[in-house]
Amino acid sequence: MNITQINKLKNMLNKTVGSYFNKISHEQLILFISLAIVTFFLLLFVVGPLWEMLRSSVLNSDDDFVGLANFTEYFSSNAVWYSLKNTFTLGIVVMLVVGSLAFFYAYALTRSCMPAKGVFRVLGMAPILAPSLLPAISLIYLFGKQGVATEILLGNSIYGFIGITLGLIFWTFPHALMILSTSLRTSDARLYESAKALKISSFKTFFVITLPAAKYGLISTLIVIFTLVVCDFGVAKVIGGSYNVLATDIFKQVVGQQNFSMAAVTSLLLLLPALFAFIVDRWVQKKQQNLFDSRSVPYHPAPQPLRDGLCFVYCLLISTVILVVLGMAIYGSLVTFWPWNKALSFNNYNFAEISTYGWSPFWNSIQLASWTALLGTVLIFIGAYSIEKGRSFIRLRRFLQMLSVLPMAVPGMVLGLGYIFFFNDVNNPLNVLYGSMLLLVLNTIVHYYTVAHMTAVAALKQLPVELEASAASIKLPQYKLFWKVTLPVCLPAVFDIAAYLFINALTTTSAVVFLYSTDTIPASVSVLNMDDAGQTGSAAAMAVMIMLAAMLAKLMHLLLDKLFDNSTQAWRKR
Amino acid sequence: MQTYLRLENVVKQFGQFTALQQISLSIKQGEFVCFLGPSGCGKTTLLRSIAGLEPVTSGCIFQAGVETTHLPPEKRDFGIVFQSYALFPNLSVRDNIAIGLQNKGFTNIECINLVDKWLEIVGLLSEANKYPNKLSGGQQQRVALARALALSPGLLLLDEPLSALDAKVRSHLREEICQLQRKLGITTVMVTHDQEEALAMADRIVVMNNGVIEQIGTPQEIYEKPASRFVADFVGTTNFISVSMINQHLMRIGEDLLTVPEQLQDLAISGCIVDLAIRPESLYFCEKGKETISVNIEFIEFQGAYCQVECKLWGDLSAHSIYVNVPIREARKLNLMVQQTRYLAMDITHINAYPSEKIMLKSVVAT
Repeated sequence: MNITQINKLKNMLNKTVGSYFNKISHEQLILFISLAIVTFFLLLFVVGPLWEMLRSSVLNSDDDFVGLANFTEYFSSNAVWYSLKNTFTLGIVVMLVVGSLAFFYAYALTRSCMPAKGVFRVLGMAPILAPSLLPAISLIYLFGKQGVATEILLGNSIYGFIGITLGLIFWTFPHALMILSTSLRTSDARLYESAKALKISSFKTFFVITLPAAKYGLISTLIVIFTLVVCDFGVAKVIGGSYNVLATDIFKQVVGQQNFSMAAVTSLLLLLPALFAFIVDRWVQKKQQNLFDSRSVPYHPAPQPLRDGLCFVYCLLISTVILVVLGMAIYGSLVTFWPWNKALSFNNYNFAEISTYGWSPFWNSIQLASWTALLGTVLIFIGAYSIEKGRSFIRLRRFLQMLSVLPMAVPGMVLGLGYIFFFNDVNNPLNVLYGSMLLLVLNTIVHYYTVAHMTAVAALKQLPVELEASAASIKLPQYKLFWKVTLPVCLPAVFDIAAYLFINALTTTSAVVFLYSTDTIPASVSVLNMDDAGQTGSAAAMAVMIMLAAMLAKLMHLLLDKLFDNSTQAWRKR
Repeated sequence: MQTYLRLENVVKQFGQFTALQQISLSIKQGEFVCFLGPSGCGKTTLLRSIAGLEPVTSGCIFQAGVETTHLPPEKRDFGIVFQSYALFPNLSVRDNIAIGLQNKGFTNIECINLVDKWLEIVGLLSEANKYPNKLSGGQQQRVALARALALSPGLLLLDEPLSALDAKVRSHLREEICQLQRKLGITTVMVTHDQEEALAMADRIVVMNNGVIEQIGTPQEIYEKPASRFVADFVGTTNFISVSMINQHLMRIGEDLLTVPEQLQDLAISGCIVDLAIRPESLYFCEKGKETISVNIEFIEFQGAYCQVECKLWGDLSAHSIYVNVPIREARKLNLMVQQTRYLAMDITHINAYPSEKIMLKSVVAT
């Protein structure tokens, strides 16, 4: 290579480097930093743990590669097939029952003119405020060995299949109700008018119009319920008795036997149906969007005494059951010593006397939920904004878009186990996080990342596409646009995300059960421990405390919404 | 007039797809230029490249003598108006305009005065405190225009600003934009797929197709001397009449023999077939004569100010229909009826010729 060639190369290099620096503006730097933070977060707290778990499933306890030996050993035991069969039976039964119960409840809420719709809506959603342990405890009070209505079961034990099924039906009901009422609400009135014009009976209309229109919502609901049931751990732990399921297996393998390789194999098994359900659900969601467009006319039901009456009776029945279950837990927590001393007192709430932790689990949970809501909302909303509204780094943004939906497919137990593998490793510099409140917070954010992310994206999509370009043309920096326009417009969604994260952080048991330390034990885990120790009354009391905190949070959410409605949403009013 | 905006060999690729191929163009200070073309021709991409919203793959862009090729949009000097208005939904009309001024460091009093001035210009002073979604589409677009102009940019970019509006509002706003542009003398680039809009508003039109410039010229040049068959077809209505050249002076249309117009004599190689391009208003009905074509009237469509008459060449039913615009006064005199045989003459000063499509098709097959 001679000198001129070298000079030429140098020139070229200078030119490219120069033009590269020219290209980077203030805006892009900010965008890059926020995208980088989200990338690091998702890689470290989603991909890393999952990868570590996958790796562990092919290692033995001395960290030697053993190929699929763990799997063959695992499948050779009869207990596994028993758990597998149980898990799937539960999934399918609960899915079908909740699917139909919630469908008619949602139908009554959206398609009838029955009275007291508002009350029924609130009551139908109420179970979401309680940890999944609460219905389980309540069921013990109702149908347990010394329950108030044990004879209804005709000698069958509530511990086992019946208990888990009932508990999960109660707990997953609001999730199904939420999806189904959205899907039934967005129906096109023009179709019903056409049906009327064609003189189709209202009975047949239900089967040819209502049901097909809600088809995708229904499929989506069934899948979500199935996943929730298969991945739930709390109900099965409390009321499952000897009826083993995969989620409790993982818990036993980790906490009881310290057999991490086996737990990893079980996790993989649990991950597969969840992943499959997730993929089907994504596919269904894509289909759903095309049904209702801007030309559609929303359907408004007309009064119809027979239908409205039936709907009212049905909703009354379901709400009563919900109230009984919630009420029983509250009552049980107030009874001094079940079943011998039924005098009401606050003895069970005297946590300081009952356990060494005292009230600290409750305050830990409040702390966990607050940090999750605060950090999570900021991270998720800014992340969604950068992914959705950024101009450059197209590849990175697409990659992050895919990564953001991954957490939804990972069951809580699997995530928690992955965190043990990843963060409990002495070679990992992030090891210091293990057992800390920060790790619990980050783990909870990841666990609920996807739904929150999608809420944010949906809100951002309502803004005109060219807003950022317009701002750039009048030299308004993007962060100012974000602060003055984007954030105020999306404030209701931001509050929704915060409330969602807060409530879920309060009620979750699955992932955190592996990650707490004595200083950071959350209330939901302490419910589990107290129940395990036979202190059912205190367990109920703590579960009720969680529910109260969640209710308070929900009220705060509504209050905040009202408070900011005038200053940020006035423009929406026609 | 000096050049204000210059594009040199601008190329834009999206993966495998080339949206812009080697676009070179210069726009003079104070000029109103329209990018015209069918959807997907690359006109919006070109506008966005000028704004810096779409980084170009290669080539250079100079604005006011400075290279801006790689500058981000916020470092360039332009105002932009989009088809979707893109107003800030939660800010009042006043704040929509003021926010840019405040950010630039104008004092509050200056802001109020400037906003009032611009609202007055676009005629929306009475709506200053309303939110954008309370205004009609035309009013929203005026706010967007005022917002774009309030910072007195050197270049105004309009991305199909009138396409979302209904006909009356559209033509009204069209005039207003033109007047405003002349008054301010601001260099303006507008993207449109509406040829009527382009012809009415632009000083010069850039006709684009498949990522290349087909022709640049004044509206009159584009309309009367289309540089290609595409331009002739896309801008206005054009009849393509297949003609076979008998020799340098004689050509045959259907069954009739006509003299070859002077400007086409270079094309006339005996035996070759070309397409004559004639506008519907350059054809007129007359008595049978030496230079006329006999046609059969198929359909007469009343258009208010004129009648559009659809004819077929006499004796050649497979040929394309020929459309003739007849002013209504003349139509009354002619008393045209469907199924009549009539005779057409051509205004030979407004004829162009392009290679026949049939032959082009054949050569495509051959290669």
